[in-house]
Amino acid sequence: MLRLERRVDVPRWWTWAVPVASVLAAMVLGAVLIVSSGNDPLDVYRRIFESAVLGSGSLSGTVVAATPLLFTGLAAAAAFRMGVFNIGGEGQFIIGAIAGAGVALRFGESMGAGVIPLMIVAAAVAGALWAAIAGALRAWFKTNEIITSLMLNYIALNIGDYLIFNSESSWRLLEGSGRMFPQGKPIDTSAEWPFSHVGPVDFPFGFWLGVIIAIVVWVLYRRTRFGFEVKVIADSPSAATYAGMRARRTIVSVMALSGALAGIGGASDIGDTRHVFDPKGLRQSGYGYTGIVVAALARLNPVAVVPVALLMGGLNNAGRALQGRDFPAGLVGTLQGLILFCALGGEILARYRVRRVAKAVLAS
Amino acid sequence: MTAIMVASELNNNLLVVVAASAIYYGTPLFFAGLGEVLTERSGVLNLGVEGMMLLGAVAASVTSARAPGPAWLVLILALLAAMFAAACGAAVHAFAVITLRVNQTVSGLALTILAGGAGLSSYLANLWELRDPVPHQFTKLDVFGLADLPVLGPVLFNQTLLTYLSWVLVVASSWYLFRTRAGLHLRAVGESPQTADAVGINVVRTRYVHTLAGGSLAGVGGACFSLSIVPTWQDGMTAGRGWIAIALVIFGFWRPDLTLVGAYLFGAFSSLSLTLQARKVEISPSILESMPYVVTILVLVVVSGGWAKRRLGAPAALGLPYEREDR
Repeated sequence: MLRLERRVDVPRWWTWAVPVASVLAAMVLGAVLIVSSGNDPLDVYRRIFESAVLGSGSLSGTVVAATPLLFTGLAAAAAFRMGVFNIGGEGQFIIGAIAGAGVALRFGESMGAGVIPLMIVAAAVAGALWAAIAGALRAWFKTNEIITSLMLNYIALNIGDYLIFNSESSWRLLEGSGRMFPQGKPIDTSAEWPFSHVGPVDFPFGFWLGVIIAIVVWVLYRRTRFGFEVKVIADSPSAATYAGMRARRTIVSVMALSGALAGIGGASDIGDTRHVFDPKGLRQSGYGYTGIVVAALARLNPVAVVPVALLMGGLNNAGRALQGRDFPAGLVGTLQGLILFCALGGEILARYRVRRVAKAVLAS
Repeated sequence: MTAIMVASELNNNLLVVVAASAIYYGTPLFFAGLGEVLTERSGVLNLGVEGMMLLGAVAASVTSARAPGPAWLVLILALLAAMFAAACGAAVHAFAVITLRVNQTVSGLALTILAGGAGLSSYLANLWELRDPVPHQFTKLDVFGLADLPVLGPVLFNQTLLTYLSWVLVVASSWYLFRTRAGLHLRAVGESPQTADAVGINVVRTRYVHTLAGGSLAGVGGACFSLSIVPTWQDGMTAGRGWIAIALVIFGFWRPDLTLVGAYLFGAFSSLSLTLQARKVEISPSILESMPYVVTILVLVVVSGGWAKRRLGAPAALGLPYEREDR
C-alpha cells in the first residue's frame, strides 16, 4: 500500500530541478520505447539535437517553431492559473489568424508595415471574443468550459475550411493556381512581419512580441489587483464572494485574456511564417494542444513559458526536419506526452513523499 | 415485383438512409461514451478518450492485419487487443490521478497528447507498417435475411456485429449500474467516497477497475473505426470523436440508455453531411460538419442549468481526488 505524505519544507531549487528531471525521465522512457521498436535511442536523440540546435539554421527554425507555442502556452497558463480550463487555444488561434489575415489582406497594400499593429489588435479582439463565448457560458450557465471551448475548436476549424475550400471569400486565392487548388491569398509583402538577427539566429518579430507579453502577463498576475482577485477566486471561490469580488466578470475576463493571447499567436502565424491563411496547415500543427503541455511544464508561470516553448518548438522543428527519413513518425508527440506526464508526476513527488504503509498500520 | 420495388425505393429514402447510418456512425460514439459513463460514475474524469480510442484502433488494426486464423477468431482477438491497448492508456491516467492525485483534467489531456494522432498511435502504426486496408473487417450483416424489409430492414437488420453488441451492452450496463450491488457501490464511490469508504467499499480499487473498464470500451470504440468505418489506417482517424463521447456523457446524464440516444443523434449529424454531399444537395459541408459541435454546446447549456443539475446531476465527487484522512 502506497501513501502520500506532504513534505514539510520544499527546497527552492526544486522549482527548476523538478521540470529538468521530468524531461530527463521522459527521455529515458522514450528511449525504452525506441529500443523496443528496434532503433538506437542515442542515435535518434542525437539527430533530434542536431536538427533542433546544431545544424545550420536549426536554431532559427527552432525559434520560429517556438513562437506559436509561446502564445498558446501563455494562453493556457493565463486561464489555468484560475482553474479555468481553456482547451480552446486551437480555435482561438485560428480565429486570430483569420482576423489577422483579413486585416492584412484588406489594408496591407495601402498601409504597408503600419498594418502590423492593426493585425495584432484585430487578432487579439477576435480571439478574445471567441474565447469569451465559452467564458460567458461558464460564468452564467455553469456550462463546463472544457467541453465548450473544445467544441468551439472544431467550429473554428470548419469556419477556416469554409473560407478557403467551400466559398469564394476574400481570404481565398481566386486566380492562377488558386483556381485549381483551393488555397489562401498571400498577404502583401510589405505587411509581412520583420525578422531580426542576433548572431547567426533569425528571430521573428512575433517571438519578441511573445517575450514582452509574457513579462506583461507575469506582472499582471503578480503585481495587480486583477491578478490578486484571480488568485483568490482560484483558491477559494466562496472567500472571493464574501470579499465582494465579482467572480463571473473575472472568469469572462480571464477567458478573454487567454483567447486574446492565442489570437495574437494566429496573427503571428500569418505575419511571421505562413503569410497566407492555411486552415489545413493549422489543423495539422495542433498549436493549441501543445500549448497546454508548454503551460503545464512551465508550472503556469508566464515567464517560464518562454524557455519551455523553445524546448517544445525545438522538438517540433526536429520532428518536421527529420520527417520521412527513417525517423519514427509520432515520436515527437509521444515524447511531448511523456514529458507532460513526468512533469505532472514529478510535481506531486516534489510536494509529497511516498511511503509504503503496512496494511496492519492502516487498519489500526 | 412492385412490392419489392416500393420497398427498395422506400429504403433509399433520405430519412431511412440517415437513420441507418446514424446507428452505424453512432456505435463507436456509444462505446466510448459508455466507457466514460462508467469512469465518471466512479468519480474519475478521463479526458484521454480520444487518445485511448486511437490506441484501440491501432491495436485492432495490427491484429486484423497480422493474426493468423479464421476471420471470426481474428476479429475477437482484434477487439481484445483494442481493449487491452486502450486500458493500458487508461492505466497511466488511473495511476496519475488515483494514486498520485494529479489534476484529472491535465492528466487526461496529457493522455490524449501522448497517445493521440501525432503521438503513440501514429508511432505504432508506422512501426507496424499499417498501409493497406485491414483484411478482416466488421461488415454489415443481413440478420435473419431481413435487410430488405421496408424501413426497418436497413435500420435494424443491416448493421455490423458491433452495433448488436452495443445493444446488448446498453441493457447489461444499465442493469449493472442500477440493479446490482457492485453498481450501487460504484455510484456510492462517485457520489461520496468518504461515506463509501466508511461502509467498507474499497474506493481506490473501484476507481481503478472502472477507469480501466472505461478505457477498454473506448478501445472498442476505436476498433469500430479501424475495423469498419475507416478500414485503412490514417493518423488521427477518429477525428475528434473521443471529445464528442465526453460531451455525450453529460448529454446522457451519466446513463447508458440516454448515452445511446445521444450517440445516434450525433451519428445522424455525421451521416447527414455525407449523405447530403452524395446527393449533391447545396449545403456547405463545413456548415453541416459544424452542426454536432454547435448542438453539443446548446445541449450543454440547457443541461447545465439549475433544473437539470438538481434532477439528474453529475456524480458529486467527479474530478476530485480521494484522500483518506490520517487517523
